[in-house]
Amino acid sequence: MTETQTTPSTMQVPPPPVVRAALGATVPVAKEAPPITIELRDVSAFYGKKLAVSGVSMSIRAHSVTALIGPSGCGKSTLIRTINRMHEFAPGARVEGSIIVDGVNIYGPGIDPARVRQRIGMVFQKPNPFPTMSIADNVAAGLRFMGIRSKSELRDRVESALKRAALWDEVKNDLKKPGIAISGGQQQRLCIARAIAVEPDIVLMDEPCSALDPIATLKIEDLMRELARDYTIVTVTHNMQQAARVSDQTAFMLMDPGDLAGHLVEYGPTSDIFTNPKDSRTEDYISGRFG
Amino acid sequence: MTTRDLSRPRRPSSLQNRLQLGDWTFRTLTGLAGLVAMAVIVGAFYELGSQAWPAIKHGGISVLWDTSWNPGRQEFGVGVFVIGTLITSMFALVAATIIAVLVSLFLVEVAPGYISRPVSYLIELLAAIPSVVYGLWGIFVMGVFVRDHFGPVVVSTFGWIPIFDGTPLITGLFSACVILTVMILPTVMAVSRDVIAAVPRSQREGLMALGATRWEMIRLTVLPYARSGVMGAAILGLARAVGETLAVTLVIGNSVRIPDNIFSPAYTMASVIANQFPEATGLHQSALIEVALILLAITFIINIVARLLVWKVTGGHRAVVQE
Repeated sequence: MTETQTTPSTMQVPPPPVVRAALGATVPVAKEAPPITIELRDVSAFYGKKLAVSGVSMSIRAHSVTALIGPSGCGKSTLIRTINRMHEFAPGARVEGSIIVDGVNIYGPGIDPARVRQRIGMVFQKPNPFPTMSIADNVAAGLRFMGIRSKSELRDRVESALKRAALWDEVKNDLKKPGIAISGGQQQRLCIARAIAVEPDIVLMDEPCSALDPIATLKIEDLMRELARDYTIVTVTHNMQQAARVSDQTAFMLMDPGDLAGHLVEYGPTSDIFTNPKDSRTEDYISGRFG
Repeated sequence: MTTRDLSRPRRPSSLQNRLQLGDWTFRTLTGLAGLVAMAVIVGAFYELGSQAWPAIKHGGISVLWDTSWNPGRQEFGVGVFVIGTLITSMFALVAATIIAVLVSLFLVEVAPGYISRPVSYLIELLAAIPSVVYGLWGIFVMGVFVRDHFGPVVVSTFGWIPIFDGTPLITGLFSACVILTVMILPTVMAVSRDVIAAVPRSQREGLMALGATRWEMIRLTVLPYARSGVMGAAILGLARAVGETLAVTLVIGNSVRIPDNIFSPAYTMASVIANQFPEATGLHQSALIEVALILLAITFIINIVARLLVWKVTGGHRAVVQE
């Protein structure tokens, strides 16, 4: 295995998909300074002819939590969906610019979006476990796409993912039950387990707590901090306290009244954004003057 | 028209239970409508049963598997018709469901809107064609094609398998199967397209985000999710296939014989009633009504079995659709 910064997993890492081989290995890792794992270069996203996100450039650091904040309609959900090529799943949607993940442009020629998504997991706004699959099969779904067939390996990896998602103790006796037979907060942790079971490098979370109660939200936030030790987390949130609590870096986005598209206004360490914003619009937003 | 004093909002004067006239009317009307539906079914069974009674007394239970139907000699075995109906409608059910699911997947998952909209409209239009038109097309176009081109090729290629070894004619079992398939296709397709399109986007995205290919996404979320709905669609089609009369009567060949290959002429229950009822009297007429009674019972049983099947597939609870 030639990975330089994979997760400290005790299990055998599966045969590397092409993208992982292409993405990994090339960047030498200095232990003290985490390498940059995602670099957005002039990314614009369209729905048909409509520009939704305009010219965003930013660098997202490995093994940290980066929060995208901003009022509704500012394009933060669209932007996060460009990072694993889910944006183009909508009819007529396309992306311009490039996103470099560990040295490889995921919008480059010959890149398989399905492989990109295996390396960049995603957790959605509403918990979406697969209702026709059991809890265990939900977690194993992505592993099966990677070609893992061995029952014992699947079982071990399902258990490990559920443990890291802090769900194992609650479901270990119900693994055969349908994925929708548990509470909303548990379902969302199941979706997180499902995303991390394939050992991705990056986990994207699109408002993962917006459908959850405060206690379930806190659990997910703790989990995000925990996961940031092994994964690069990018999250979208409406909730500024949440961004302040969980993130290392914060990006503030805003819809420009001129072109009605989302722009990146300010991006920096979370403490700076919240205590000492450079842009007056950021200050207005975080102090609750609009949005 | 009086002006209300807006400073004093109108409030219910008391919390006592009022006479809910609207509710009462609604309950009564809907209840009556439900009773009418049940009365029709019970009435149909009763009326057919009483008129078929002479034939039932004459032939007993054995008519169900007895295959000799000869009104002149007072022989009224319905086995041939039951077999013809079951073969043609089962063939149509399987073929139409497979085609409908494939077409629906194409329309929903693959084709862009400017193709899928007109194509689904055209397929729905097939349902509006009268069955006599299907029947005539079946004789003059499809039947001729089967006799001159399709049939000979099948016989020369697969003739060593007994069921393909026959003499292709314009009319016969195979033509009836194809006609029925085409006729029930629009119904099955319209419903399965709707249930496939109703699979929530969050489910599709959830699987795509795990690195699934399009086919894996369809196989693992779309098909399991749509399964109970597609089965419902197939049942709707089957009900139509079992009862379809005119088109089948025109193309099936109307021969009181157990078909021994796919090109044999055969007979269905609906066609024997349509063909012979106008001239039938006495016991013959009663026997035809008995055929109708058996047809009704078969439809009834099919529906119950289908419901049990759907119930079993969905694990006892209703469709799992939840956004």
